[in-house]
Amino acid sequence: MSDHAHSTFGLAHHFDDLEQQHETGTLGMWAFLLTEVLFFGGMFGAYAVYRWSYPLDFQAASARLDVDLGGINTIVLIFSSLTMALGVYAAQKGSKNGIIAGLLATMFFGAIFLVVKYFEYKEKWEHHLIPGPNFDFGHQGHAVIGHEQLYFALYFAMTGMHALHMVVGMVIMCWMIKKAHRGDFTPEHYPLVENFGLYWHFVDIVWIFLFPLLYLVGAHSGDHAGITH
Amino acid sequence: MSSTLLTPPAPAAHASQPAKERTTYLTADYGWKSWLFTVDHKRIAILYLISIMVFFLIGGTFAILMRAELLTPKGDLFEAETYNKLFTMHGVVMIFFFLIPSIPAVLGNFLVPIMIGTKDLAFPKINLLSWYIYVVGGGATLYVAITGGVDTGWTFYAPYSSTYANTNVAAVAIAVFITGFSSILTGLNFIVTIHKMRAPGMTWFRMPLFLWAQYATSLIMMLGTPVLAITVLLLFAERAFHIGVFDPALGGDPVLFQHLFWFYSHPAVYIMILPGMGVVSEIIACFSKKRMFGYHFIAFSSLAIAIFGFVVWGHHMFVSGQSAYAGMVFSFLTMLVAIPSAVKVFNWIATLYKGQVSLETPMLYALGFIGLFTIGGVTGLFLAVMGLDRHVHDTYFVVAHFHYVMVGGMVMAFMGGIHFWWSKMFGRMYPEAMAQFAAVVIFVGFNFTFFPQFILGYMGMPRRYHQYNDEFTVLNVLSSAGATILGSGFLMSICYFIWSFKWGKQAPQNPWGAKGLEWEKAQSPPPTFNFEDGERIVVTEDAYAYTYEESHARTAPEVKK
Amino acid sequence: MWKDFPLYPEQASTIAQPVDLLYFFLIAVSAFFALLISVLIVVFASKYRKDRPNASSAHIEGSTMLEVIWTVIPLGLTMIMFVWGTWLFFQQAHMPADALEFTVTGKQWMWKAQHPTGQREINDLHVPIGKACRMTMTSEDVIHSYYIPAFRTKQDVVPGRYSQLWFEATKLGTFDIYCAEYCGTEHSKMGGKVTVMTQTDYEQWLSGGVANETPVQAGERLFTALRCITCHNATSTARGPSLSGQFGKEVKLLSGATVTIDADYVRESILNPAAKTVEGFQAGLMPTYQGQVKEEDILSLIAYLKTFGATAPAAGSAAK
Repeated sequence: MSDHAHSTFGLAHHFDDLEQQHETGTLGMWAFLLTEVLFFGGMFGAYAVYRWSYPLDFQAASARLDVDLGGINTIVLIFSSLTMALGVYAAQKGSKNGIIAGLLATMFFGAIFLVVKYFEYKEKWEHHLIPGPNFDFGHQGHAVIGHEQLYFALYFAMTGMHALHMVVGMVIMCWMIKKAHRGDFTPEHYPLVENFGLYWHFVDIVWIFLFPLLYLVGAHSGDHAGITH
Repeated sequence: MSSTLLTPPAPAAHASQPAKERTTYLTADYGWKSWLFTVDHKRIAILYLISIMVFFLIGGTFAILMRAELLTPKGDLFEAETYNKLFTMHGVVMIFFFLIPSIPAVLGNFLVPIMIGTKDLAFPKINLLSWYIYVVGGGATLYVAITGGVDTGWTFYAPYSSTYANTNVAAVAIAVFITGFSSILTGLNFIVTIHKMRAPGMTWFRMPLFLWAQYATSLIMMLGTPVLAITVLLLFAERAFHIGVFDPALGGDPVLFQHLFWFYSHPAVYIMILPGMGVVSEIIACFSKKRMFGYHFIAFSSLAIAIFGFVVWGHHMFVSGQSAYAGMVFSFLTMLVAIPSAVKVFNWIATLYKGQVSLETPMLYALGFIGLFTIGGVTGLFLAVMGLDRHVHDTYFVVAHFHYVMVGGMVMAFMGGIHFWWSKMFGRMYPEAMAQFAAVVIFVGFNFTFFPQFILGYMGMPRRYHQYNDEFTVLNVLSSAGATILGSGFLMSICYFIWSFKWGKQAPQNPWGAKGLEWEKAQSPPPTFNFEDGERIVVTEDAYAYTYEESHARTAPEVKK
Repeated sequence: MWKDFPLYPEQASTIAQPVDLLYFFLIAVSAFFALLISVLIVVFASKYRKDRPNASSAHIEGSTMLEVIWTVIPLGLTMIMFVWGTWLFFQQAHMPADALEFTVTGKQWMWKAQHPTGQREINDLHVPIGKACRMTMTSEDVIHSYYIPAFRTKQDVVPGRYSQLWFEATKLGTFDIYCAEYCGTEHSKMGGKVTVMTQTDYEQWLSGGVANETPVQAGERLFTALRCITCHNATSTARGPSLSGQFGKEVKLLSGATVTIDADYVRESILNPAAKTVEGFQAGLMPTYQGQVKEEDILSLIAYLKTFGATAPAAGSAAK
């Protein structure tokens, strides 16, 4: 995305006109998001295989997540998408302050999400739920090799990658605020804001998939969720 | 394709101007900074050319050392572990750091913008970034090679790689992970460029077939590489933290690793052949002075290969414990992917028919490509047929097969392409007679090296063997002897290329009388923005309009707008 | 002269000749196309060379007819290969019912085999001629691959699961066994010889070996020694499901899914009982036997469990 840096000042040397430049940037962003889908797709694939193989273990492990915190985070992220969209709208209208307000609000919600995530991770750490030699699911004294560890490995891989995408997004937002402040975006020319909006919505959508897959595994099967413990 | 100009109107005016008297992309700026911070796609192509040649020499050295070990049945030259590291590093270096970037990142980078009549790729800075990513990944790999190497085979099969190997698997996994982003970004750049940056009149079906091949390759790079990235990342996590995703002792499934790995790596095989097919199409048309036979079929067969390539990965796993029915589906789909390749071969040959064939070096490589790729392709069927694969899987038959495709196919095409466009890149001609001689040496050496391996494989010699039974000696000696011939052919080429860079004959704008914007509109070497200042390229003809001018003698302007 | 320079390994199993036949068919097709293409290239390149008198290029765009022809003919040929090869593979994948049951355990870097009568061998293998032999295989560490070129057969040996392979030897003699899947430093030394003997010689060879207990006997001993019998008896108050006559049957699980009781399921249930608990029983009751049983012990237990189904009284005796 660093490539948009020079284009915000107007027409880059190798484009015929601004319209071509905009379309190119947008297509590039969509193509990038496509690669991201595949990137997460590998993990979703592994998740599908193991959940199919060990449904009970996945239910048991999922029961250890805090659905409330996950739910709060889902709402927080949806709000951040809304503020992001408002930011893009402001860019369309040429409101410099609107852009900055939208981005700041988005960053605020993003930060809340990450703080909540931090407490969730911390709680897992304290309960020895981090995969590795110290992993302990507490199998009532039996040294049962459960597959809960697989669940948590995937949980940390998927939510960790998602959180990393959010952190990257927030760094870019800082830089965008600086540019907005400088007045780099005009109603005719704000590709960075628009394309970043696409990125942020994508990150939200990934979470919309992660939340039910990770937090709500046992929700539909009622009493069975608690069978192991 | 010939083009008309809006301004200035006279194309011949600058054609004969010698390179010395004008500013080219090579002379536009001087100093190391002007290269390391360039965003000019042509300079980035040169950066790639230099770096992949470094890796080619390193990987080639590993190969020669392996063949030296295999000269005798006893493992007497190296320790078993050293040999295992040699074939692993040979595979990793050649695949990730030479073959995958070879044609796309060098010739593709140089030619894609010129061929579609624009000044640069859509994202020039991202283009430079992808080279830096490549260099970082390559540097990490070299670091591993120097500090002890890795011995898992380039396929990194778990749980050997994740749990049992004592070598630096984690570092190589990270190196491959990093390098993956280089090819993702290159693919993305090409896709967007081809979609949005084509000159007026350059419709999809006027594009040279090289661009269709690049487009198909880029699709694979974009869609496949992320899955490889996440797979090696999981491997890294498994290795570092022992999370158990691929470890059966912790409930993981080692075969899942193979599924994820081949989901990328089988399409990646097509990254390593499709661009070569594109180059061969250009060369065949030019040195037959004839329109491409079945243009649409060749174009669409590239896309068909790219798409089908994504659904055949399971044919690497017929004997891995995958269900026989899954194997059957993958076998069937693999049969289908063979068809578009066959269609291409027949179309190339039909292009020769009633043309004006001349056998300059690029054409020698292109014709060699057709022959060797045909053998590489049909032997692929041996492996895709389940009943036979049970016997030849993981033997030297496989080794021979993919070297016929990778070296006999892709490297031949790369050599052909470099000879073909050398004058465009550097404004100098290579020495023709010596190059023809080297091409023949490489062809002969190649066959001596790899044909015996088909027989070895069917005889039952497994691959990745440090020592082997006495009965395999004769064929192995033959193969090692061939490798010496092959290696000297490559060295010869590298020498005369370096020589020609300084002392070669000045190249005219279009030494081959070829069609295409890079020959008809761009000087040798081109200026920084590819075409004359202020020149707007407008394309008015189909690609390969070699016969149009003669048969219609420029009378009928039946050109579509 | 080809005796000194063979182009294919000895044909020493029932499947070897059919595989070679398919191979020759593919070679014929490949050679035909390779020749056709080479000849066309040479002919066109000389007949239509640029420096011929009055050289000019014909204007040809293509021919849909030709495209169809060279799409359909290769398609037809590959379909023949596909059907033929798949048919052959399924023959190899389908295990004969009356085969001799061998077990093979791979580890870095050796093959450990056990005969149906209990004799053990390392790396080498002795089999009778004309009798189907079925190998049930697993690995103690990484993935290996059991490969006997003279029998044209190969199967990956994967840790954590069982894979199977069968052959029927047709030729007396010794042939090579290799590991075909790269497995670490001494990969190229992991192998031995398979010796095909007449039935009488085989029996004599067996009697000369150390008389171990058979896998079934070992399984029965383990079944008692590991106290499996305490819960897995046929009584109505048993805490574990009865195993009598269950092998090969489908059973419903706590999770609601069904699973076939096969070797892989038994193995998993021994090492990780809570993973797939049978409906009507409490999950987490049975302890894991991970670390207490070796791969070969589990194979013996499975051999014993199979006899439960064959002879009903066996269950009764186990539950006494």
